[in-house]
Amino acid sequence: MSRALEASAGTREPDFPLIFERSRRGRRAWSLPEAGVDAPPVEELVPDHLRRRTPPGLPEVSERDLVMHYTRLSQRNWAIDVGAYPLGSCTMKYNPKVAEDAAALPGFARLHPMTPDDLTQGALELLGNLERALCAATGMARLTFQPAAGAQGELTGLLIMRAYHAARGDVRKRVIIPDSAHGTNPASVSLAGWTAQEVRSDERGLVDLDALRDVLDEDVAGLMLTNPNTLGRFERDIIEIARMIHEVGGLLYYDGANFNSIVGVVRPGDMGFDIVHMNLHKTFATPHGGGGPGSGPLAVSERLERFLPAPVLTWDAGAERWHWDHDRPDAIGRIHSFHGNFGINVRAYAYLRSLGPEGLRRVAERAVLNANYLRVLVEDAFPTAYPGTCMHEFVATGKPLKKHGVKTMDAAKRLIDLGFHPPTVYFPLVVEEALMVEPTETESKETIDALAAALVQTAREAEESPDVLREAPVTTPVRRPDEARAARDLRVRWTPA
Amino acid sequence: MDFLPHTADDEREMLATLGAGALDDLFEPVPAEVRFAGSLDVPPALSEPELADHLARLAAVSDGPGLTCFAGGGAYDHHVPSAVRALAGRSEFATSYTPYQPELSQGVLQAVYEFQTLVCELFGLEVANASLYDGAHALAEAINLSVRATGRTRALVGEGVHPHWLEVVRTYTSGLDIRIDVAPAGPAGTVDWAAVDATDAACVVVQSPNFFGRLEEVSAAAKCAAAAGALTIAAADPTALGILAPPGELGADVVVAEGAALGNAISYGGPYVGLFATRLDLVRQVPGRIAGETLDADGRRAYVLTLQAREQHIRRARATSNVCTNQTLMAIAAAVHLSWLGPEGLARLGEICVRRAAYAAGRLSEIPGCRVRFEGPHFKEFALQTPVAAADLVPRLAGRGFLAGPDLGRWYPELGDSLLIAVTERRTAEDIDSLAEAIEKELAEA
Repeated sequence: MSRALEASAGTREPDFPLIFERSRRGRRAWSLPEAGVDAPPVEELVPDHLRRRTPPGLPEVSERDLVMHYTRLSQRNWAIDVGAYPLGSCTMKYNPKVAEDAAALPGFARLHPMTPDDLTQGALELLGNLERALCAATGMARLTFQPAAGAQGELTGLLIMRAYHAARGDVRKRVIIPDSAHGTNPASVSLAGWTAQEVRSDERGLVDLDALRDVLDEDVAGLMLTNPNTLGRFERDIIEIARMIHEVGGLLYYDGANFNSIVGVVRPGDMGFDIVHMNLHKTFATPHGGGGPGSGPLAVSERLERFLPAPVLTWDAGAERWHWDHDRPDAIGRIHSFHGNFGINVRAYAYLRSLGPEGLRRVAERAVLNANYLRVLVEDAFPTAYPGTCMHEFVATGKPLKKHGVKTMDAAKRLIDLGFHPPTVYFPLVVEEALMVEPTETESKETIDALAAALVQTAREAEESPDVLREAPVTTPVRRPDEARAARDLRVRWTPA
Repeated sequence: MDFLPHTADDEREMLATLGAGALDDLFEPVPAEVRFAGSLDVPPALSEPELADHLARLAAVSDGPGLTCFAGGGAYDHHVPSAVRALAGRSEFATSYTPYQPELSQGVLQAVYEFQTLVCELFGLEVANASLYDGAHALAEAINLSVRATGRTRALVGEGVHPHWLEVVRTYTSGLDIRIDVAPAGPAGTVDWAAVDATDAACVVVQSPNFFGRLEEVSAAAKCAAAAGALTIAAADPTALGILAPPGELGADVVVAEGAALGNAISYGGPYVGLFATRLDLVRQVPGRIAGETLDADGRRAYVLTLQAREQHIRRARATSNVCTNQTLMAIAAAVHLSWLGPEGLARLGEICVRRAAYAAGRLSEIPGCRVRFEGPHFKEFALQTPVAAADLVPRLAGRGFLAGPDLGRWYPELGDSLLIAVTERRTAEDIDSLAEAIEKELAEA
C-alpha cells in the first residue's frame, strides 16, 4: 500500500496542468440541441445593457481530455477507498456502495423539491422512517433534516435555545463551551448572537466541575458538549453536568461529532441533553466528498419541538399520507432552501437499514475496540495525553520527538511515505503537539497493526534519522507546499500568464 | 450487513492485548445509570438484496420524477452530462475529506482552485470560496459580510429574492443585531431601484433573474447602494451567465448563486451548492474555505487551503463564519460541468433556456384567460396568471403528466391565481405545446 499515490498516473505528471492550460480554441465537449422554437433571438429577448459582451474564460476541451484531466486529478488524492484515513474527529469510515445506488434511484435523484406531497410519498416515508430511527437512537422527540452539516445544525439548535428562552421572557447572554471543543461551537454561538465562554478541562481531560460551577449563573443560555469529547474521553460526570446546567435554567446541547462511538450504548436524551445534532457523514457513513456534503439533522426533546424550523414532516393518520406541515407559528424559521441534503439522508437511511439495532451497537463497540487497540500498540512511542481507556479516538502527543528536533507534523508527513493518511495534527488545542487518531471500526486488525508499526517506526526514526522525517514526504506529487507563501502572495484563481 | 472486518479471533486477540475481558469493559466510563439497556427501536437489519428492493419500492412511490417537469422556484430540471456524473462520482473525490494534508489532496485542492476560477469568470469578480451549503446560505453569509465590512446593521433586500432565501436570511440573522428590510417590487415584478433609498444600509440585495424569472436592473441597484455607501449583493443564475452580463461588471461587490444546476442532481432540494464571490479587498471577510496556489519544497506549483485564520478552527468565536464541512463534491461537479460546456456551450445553454421560455410564455398566453403575470425580460422562468386558483391547477396538471409551479399564493396571497413555469434545455417545443393543451383541457373542465 505504500507509495500508493506515487504509482498512479496522475502523480507522474511533473507539473500537472490546470484545465485552463489544456484549453485549445475551438475544441468542445458540450452537446446541446438548437433552441428549435419559434421565438425571437437572444438579442431581442435580452436588452443590450444586460447582455454579456465578452465570453467568460471557461476552458475549451474535448470530452476525452476533460475525462482524462479529472480522472488523473482524482488519482492525486487520498480517499477511504484508497486506504486508511485515521483523521481524529472526522470518522473516515468505509462508505457502503449500496447507499450510492440508493441516492441515484430516479425516484429520489430526479425528485423536484417543489413537488406536491401526494407525489413524493416514498421519499417522505423514507424521511419519516429515518427520523424515527434517529430519534430512537438519540432519545429525542422530533428532528429537522434542514441543516446541511454539523455547524448548521449547531446554529439551528442555538436559535431554538434562543426561542425557548425568549418564549419564557428570559434574556440570556452566554453559552458555555469546554476548551477542547471544535471551533464550530464558539463560532456558532457568536452567529446566534451570544458570547461563548470557555470552561477548562481538568487533569482527566474532562470538564472541570469546579470551573463549571464558577461560570454558571442565570445569564447562561446553555452548555454545548461533545460526549465523548474531542480528547476521546467520555464525560463521566454527565449527570451532574446536566443537573448543574438545568438548575440555572439553561439547556444542554449535544454536539454529535462523536455520536458514532455510543450509538446503542447510551442515548443523549437519557444523559439529560435537550438538543442534539448528528453528523450523518460521520456516524452514518455517508461519503465526505472532499470536504462536503454532510448532513446535520437537529433533534430536540418534546418541550422544544414547537420551535423546530418549518415545515415539519407529519403523518396524517386519517388520510394515511405524509405531508409537510407549514403551519408552525413558533418555528424559528427556515435554515435551508429546501429540505436539507436529502441525497445524503437517503444514503444514511440505507446504511442504517443495513445495520439494524444490533449492527449499530456493534459498530460503536468495534470503533472503541479499534481505537483502544491502536492506542495500546503505539503508547510507548506516542503517549496519550490523558491515560486510560479511550472511546472511538485518542489524543496522543508527539512531545517526546521534540528532543530530536522533530515536530509532530514531521512524523505525520513521514506516515504518508509509509502508506497512511496521517491522523489529525495540532488539534485539540489543549494538547501540546497533539496527534488525534480515529481508526474507525471498518479498518481490519491487519491494517491497524500496520498503522501502529508505521507510527512506531516514525518515532524510532525521529531518534535515529530525524532528517528522514524532516524531509518527508518524498513519495507524493508535491512536498510540503509553502502555506505562508500562499497567504502572503495570494493567488486564489488562475490567470493566464 | 455491518461492514465490520473483525473475526472472532481478531476480537479475542485485540481484547487480550488490552487486558479486557469483554467489549463491554471498554465502556466502563459510561455511568451505569444512563446506559441504554434495551434494543434500539430501529427496524431490523436487511441484506443487500432486501435493502435494494425496499429502497426501490420507496423510490417508485415518488411519482414526481415521472412527470414532465416545468417546475421551478429555485430548482430546475437541467441535464447532467454523463461525463460530469462519472467524474464527480469518482470515489477518490467522493470518499476523501477536507484537504488538511495537501500532499495527499492535490486532486481536490486543484479541482477547487479551478472551481474558484470558473466562478470568478462567471461572476466577473476576483475571489470565490470553495462553496457554501446552498444559494440561500450564500446570501445569508454575504449579508453578514456586508455588516462586518461596513459596520452597519441594516440589509435592504429586493422583493424579487426567492422567498425561501429571504426566510433563511431572517433565520440566520435573527440572533444578531441586523434588520432586514424589503424593497417592494413594482407591477412589473421588479424593484425600481432608482426610487429606493439605501441610507444606512450595509447592503442592497438584488436577484436577477428574480423569483418571478424577471431580469432586474442590477446596475441600478448598484448605483442605489453606492450612493449610500452600501455594498451591492447580487444573486445570479449561473446557467444564464453565458448570455447575461456578469454581475461583477454591473457593480456587484458580492455575487452569490445556487449552483446545483451545474452538474448536480435535483435530488429533492439537496445536496446543492452555494456559490460565493467578491472583490479581492474583501477577501479576509470571506466565509468558508479558500484554495490558493503556492510552491512546494522543490519549487513545484501546489495548492493548499489558505487564509485559514478567517475560519472557525483557528479564529473560533471571532471567525467570519461557523462553516466547516461545505459542499466540495458539488463544487467539483460544477467545475467539471462548466469545463464540459466551455464558453460556447454555456452561451448555447442560455440561448436555449431564454428562447424556449419565450416560446412557452407566448404559447401559454394564447390560452384564454392566461397571461404572463409580469411583463418584461425573463430568463428561463415566468409567472403564468390563470383564471383559476393555481393551487388547484398544479395537482390537476400532475394528473395529466406535468409538474408545474409552485403556485405563488403560498408566499404572495395576491398572486394566488399564478404559478411559475420553468423551461430548461430538457423541455422541447412539443413538451411546451402538450403542456398548453393540458392547461386548456383543465380550464375547459374547471
